[in-house]
Amino acid sequence: MNRLWLFLPLVLAITLGVVLYFGLGQDPSKLDSALVGKSVPDFQLSLLESPQRKVGPEVFKGRVQLLNVWGTWCPACRVEHPQLNKLAEQGVPIVGLDYKDERPAALEWLEQRGNPYSTVIFDPEGSLGFDLGVYGAPETYLIDAKGIVRHRHVGVVDQDVWESDFKPLYEEYRDDS
Amino acid sequence: MTPEWRRVLILLVLLITVLPLNGQAREERMDDPELQQRFSDLADELRCPKCQNETISESGAPISSDMRERVRKLLRDGYTDEEILDAMVARFGDFVRYRPEFEPRTWVLWLGPFIAIAVGIAVVVIITLRTRRGRTDASSVLSDEERRRAEQWLRDD
Repeated sequence: MNRLWLFLPLVLAITLGVVLYFGLGQDPSKLDSALVGKSVPDFQLSLLESPQRKVGPEVFKGRVQLLNVWGTWCPACRVEHPQLNKLAEQGVPIVGLDYKDERPAALEWLEQRGNPYSTVIFDPEGSLGFDLGVYGAPETYLIDAKGIVRHRHVGVVDQDVWESDFKPLYEEYRDDS
Repeated sequence: MTPEWRRVLILLVLLITVLPLNGQAREERMDDPELQQRFSDLADELRCPKCQNETISESGAPISSDMRERVRKLLRDGYTDEEILDAMVARFGDFVRYRPEFEPRTWVLWLGPFIAIAVGIAVVVIITLRTRRGRTDASSVLSDEERRRAEQWLRDD
């Protein structure tokens, strides 16, 4: 029986190895949002297309939606755009947050590449972005019908990310409401 | 030292001292020296979410600049250091603090190294004690008969 104790260091080393191996597999630049499980922060910002109209967090009430943070200065957003168009075609409602951008450039972008957004909030100072904890565009959030953040993804949402990270949650919360 | 060399030396020293200021070179300082002091302490405590091994005081990333601006604003509005750190954690997560709060979730993080050292010392002590006991027992491993034979072999050599 005592001999079994000799294997203890081996077992510990293997356990540590497994833990560290999975730790290495994670991308440290992807942070979980501190907002998951909380409401979208309060804001009052104008819409990209109609500067006179101000909107607030009520935009996120009533149905499950994606919130996509983008800007014309962001190269990865260019890569992501076709996927957003595709999701919009499939009927997924997406709210855009045009982050630290200029209005004419953003309008031109949407005209050229198509507009997947049901609403585009214009945030030139990045104030809502800051309250959301945005640290790099593109970022995409899943927000449920009550306006609560359920998931956050930093970086491009491609078909794989959509299917593995977003779709199951999207369907779950859509069926809930 | 010739004047030329002195000039070169002064320029070198200036160049080196200016390096740590890169992140916020063009930003305002706070008027109140006490607030400025609290600002630099906070900026050294907060981690840039984008460039993850830099504090927001070192980092040149736009998000760091936004965070510094927000810290200054909150300081001017009279918030305490604790409230300001909490406001940043609420947005960017525990990750933004170089020294996270001591709470159940971070016990392992804070206490882990000390526990590891304690376990290590305990193992060394136990092994030492066992070996020492083993050595004193060694005299009784051989029976008298065996000892006589062993001594005989040694003599025969």
